[in-house]
Amino acid sequence: MKYNEKLSNVAVLGAAGKMGSGIVLLTAVEMANNCFAEGKSTDEVSLHAIDVSAPALGGLMKYLRSQILKNAEKITVQLRKWYATNPKLIENEDVINQYVNDVLSLVKPTTRIEAAYDAQLVFEAVSENPEVKVKLFSSINQNNPYNPWFLSNTSSIPINELDEKAGLNGNIIGFHFYNPPAVQKLMEIIPSKNTNQELFDFAEKLAKNLKKTIVFSNDMAGFIGNGFFMRDIIYAVSEVQKLSNQMSFIEALYVVDKVSRDFLIRPMGIFQLSDYVGIDVCLFIMKVMDERFSGETLQSQVLSGFMELGIKGGQFADGSQKDGIFKYTKGQITEIFDLEAKQYIDIKPVAESGDKFIGDMPPDWQPWKNIIKIRSREETLKQYFNGLKNMDTKGAKLAVSYAQKAGEIGKKLVNDGVAHSTDDVNTVMTTGFFHAYGPVNNYL
Amino acid sequence: MKKLRKRIFLTAGYNTVSIGTGRKEFNPKKQMPGLEHYMKEAGQASIAAVGGAQHIDECVVGNFMSARFNKQAHLGAFMPMIDEGLRYKPAMSVEGACASGGLALLAGVRSVLAETADMVLVIGIEVQNSMKAIYGADVLAGAGWFHKRKEGHAYFFPGQFSNRAGAYFDKYGRDYARKGFARWYQNAIENARLCPTAQEFENKTEDLEKLALIEPNPSAFTDFLNVFDCSKVSDGASSIVVASEEGLKKARIPLSEAVEITGWGQAEEDITKEPDDLTRLSTMAESVKQALQSAGITINDLATIELHDCFTIAGILAMEAIGFAKQGEGARFVAEGHTSRNGKIPVNTTGGLIGWGHPTGATGVHMAVTIWEQLTGKAGKAQIKISHERPYGLSVNMGGDDKSLVALVYRKAE
Repeated sequence: MKYNEKLSNVAVLGAAGKMGSGIVLLTAVEMANNCFAEGKSTDEVSLHAIDVSAPALGGLMKYLRSQILKNAEKITVQLRKWYATNPKLIENEDVINQYVNDVLSLVKPTTRIEAAYDAQLVFEAVSENPEVKVKLFSSINQNNPYNPWFLSNTSSIPINELDEKAGLNGNIIGFHFYNPPAVQKLMEIIPSKNTNQELFDFAEKLAKNLKKTIVFSNDMAGFIGNGFFMRDIIYAVSEVQKLSNQMSFIEALYVVDKVSRDFLIRPMGIFQLSDYVGIDVCLFIMKVMDERFSGETLQSQVLSGFMELGIKGGQFADGSQKDGIFKYTKGQITEIFDLEAKQYIDIKPVAESGDKFIGDMPPDWQPWKNIIKIRSREETLKQYFNGLKNMDTKGAKLAVSYAQKAGEIGKKLVNDGVAHSTDDVNTVMTTGFFHAYGPVNNYL
Repeated sequence: MKKLRKRIFLTAGYNTVSIGTGRKEFNPKKQMPGLEHYMKEAGQASIAAVGGAQHIDECVVGNFMSARFNKQAHLGAFMPMIDEGLRYKPAMSVEGACASGGLALLAGVRSVLAETADMVLVIGIEVQNSMKAIYGADVLAGAGWFHKRKEGHAYFFPGQFSNRAGAYFDKYGRDYARKGFARWYQNAIENARLCPTAQEFENKTEDLEKLALIEPNPSAFTDFLNVFDCSKVSDGASSIVVASEEGLKKARIPLSEAVEITGWGQAEEDITKEPDDLTRLSTMAESVKQALQSAGITINDLATIELHDCFTIAGILAMEAIGFAKQGEGARFVAEGHTSRNGKIPVNTTGGLIGWGHPTGATGVHMAVTIWEQLTGKAGKAQIKISHERPYGLSVNMGGDDKSLVALVYRKAE
């Protein structure tokens, strides 16, 4: 069968990165499970985990071991069935350890790109740089006799462009995982106008087998997720610039971040989220989008300013947050970077004056972590936004126009032909960004 | 020769909290109290209640699998750690799977009968949250025949009793049986809410029956049981003192503080054999018959029972094995509320294994402590009324799948 044949020899580029390691994990488990279901040994399949950094590949293998073990402990009932004919594996512990070894043994870590030259399937999760991706794709495609299929994890670069520049003849599709891939349910699938149908069917089947929530996006820079997120950042920055006529720049940053997190009931403030994703990554994506949307300026001088001073955010290999616009202690914002003084300063005095400006929290307000637990939360949210609308504080007014803008961005994605529907936009924001509600709604 | 040649009493009972999921203080990510902590807490409480270790002649520890759960065997040698007064006195550990506690009690009874001791401190202990449940299942599977482990379920014992439940479903009907299971669970939790040491003491679920009736999920757990049909993983210890009349006198403990063991039964079945009939607990039936006969009473004389409901199906089958319901009628007997605290025969008045908890090696001792509390009026909010017409208590402690059984009959000492 084509599906299993394609999953018999796989390469992952950028395997040791945050996205790559998750893709390796999910794919290796899927490959192993296919083997077990067919009664084959996992020795018969290979996943080449390719990364430029040898030490990072060491970290990848440790990460894989711990995650596969956790997974195995949850599916032991099934594992005992798969290993029923091996008389040496008696206790759960025996079975679990064997499974971990079997899955790990199909992953071959390497720093050499040549390992991808006999792969049937190539996942790509390298940096969001079109030149780098094109170079890798074309060198693999030229040296690989099997016409491999490419699944790119790009979150912004049009697939057709990669296809044409690398000469892949439609053997490429956008297969965009959200961070972290092993946890996040959302999968944005982006076929280009030339993506071959077999590859499209394969990608859909794979995403389903990985138990992902699939949203199909059209092949336009930024797709749905970043199409929303980048415009959201740019709007937030413009609000900061407006506010900084009345207060210091860092106070304005604080105010917009807080309003976007607390008043809009999101898991993170907009600048906190930029730190989480990485300011460098955001700028890369904006550049890709800016160059491809002729009628729209998608740039942020403010973010570039941080970047020039080496303020990048992003995460360490263990998932902890690097310093960005904010500094974090145990996940809490404790300092903020002052662009003028070029140093971090204590958040407390900034918060104090910022909170005074914002005013009271809205009536019926509940934090995101509470709201997200309510299954049918529409009425709760309606009531909340109704209360927000009727407030006369500066915080509430900022929040209302922010929410309205978010709705506009959502609709624009449909009007521009990026998303098929506002429902798709809402699914991406609630599933991929963990928002408590979709941006296109009737709450205001 | 079942008749006791000497009067045997129990006094100075104590239960630690049963710790595990459901208790606020339980946090598996932190270092949790170990064997030493629980043995000390329980042992010292009982020793203090009899006026000091000078009154204790011997110690017996009931424990199932500390050698695997905690990499620690040789628990008898921990007794002098509990109290220096126990140094150089006899102590030993006994094991019989989940009946270890009951067997430890019987070992204490035998020492007093043999007149080598007037007071024996009996401690039951297990600390099993030391590993994840999926590995703990391997350890607990040691209560079955290891040759059968390979073909058994990942959760071995839930798998064994799921098979029993499946057989019961086939014979008497699935919905009918599950109604009984659900009521059993509801009783267990409601009783546990009255007992501060119970693992489910803080359980706030409103609709217990609905929860209990959640469909079993064979791909993640067993075919016929869900997790609410099962006792949880528990850490804890219980202790009690087995005494002769002389022993009580020496320690100046009035009879009103004691219960008397008036009957006992112990039965063993071949661990290498499959049960003759999956819908019967025949070894349990035999041990209860022995105990009632030796006490010279019938089930109509019983005020309360502590029985081994490691699974709801075990509770239902036990009601049939003891004789309260005919074969196939146990589920109805339970569903009609006859085993609730206000029913015909209050069973497991502090929650039993499902509600109070099941620190495996401690359970047999915990049962004795609970009956002692009920018969001497020390059960607090969980106290039931004990009438003069029906003054007896019964405990039924089971090891493995109906393999090692200890049944004891108690009455308030006079």
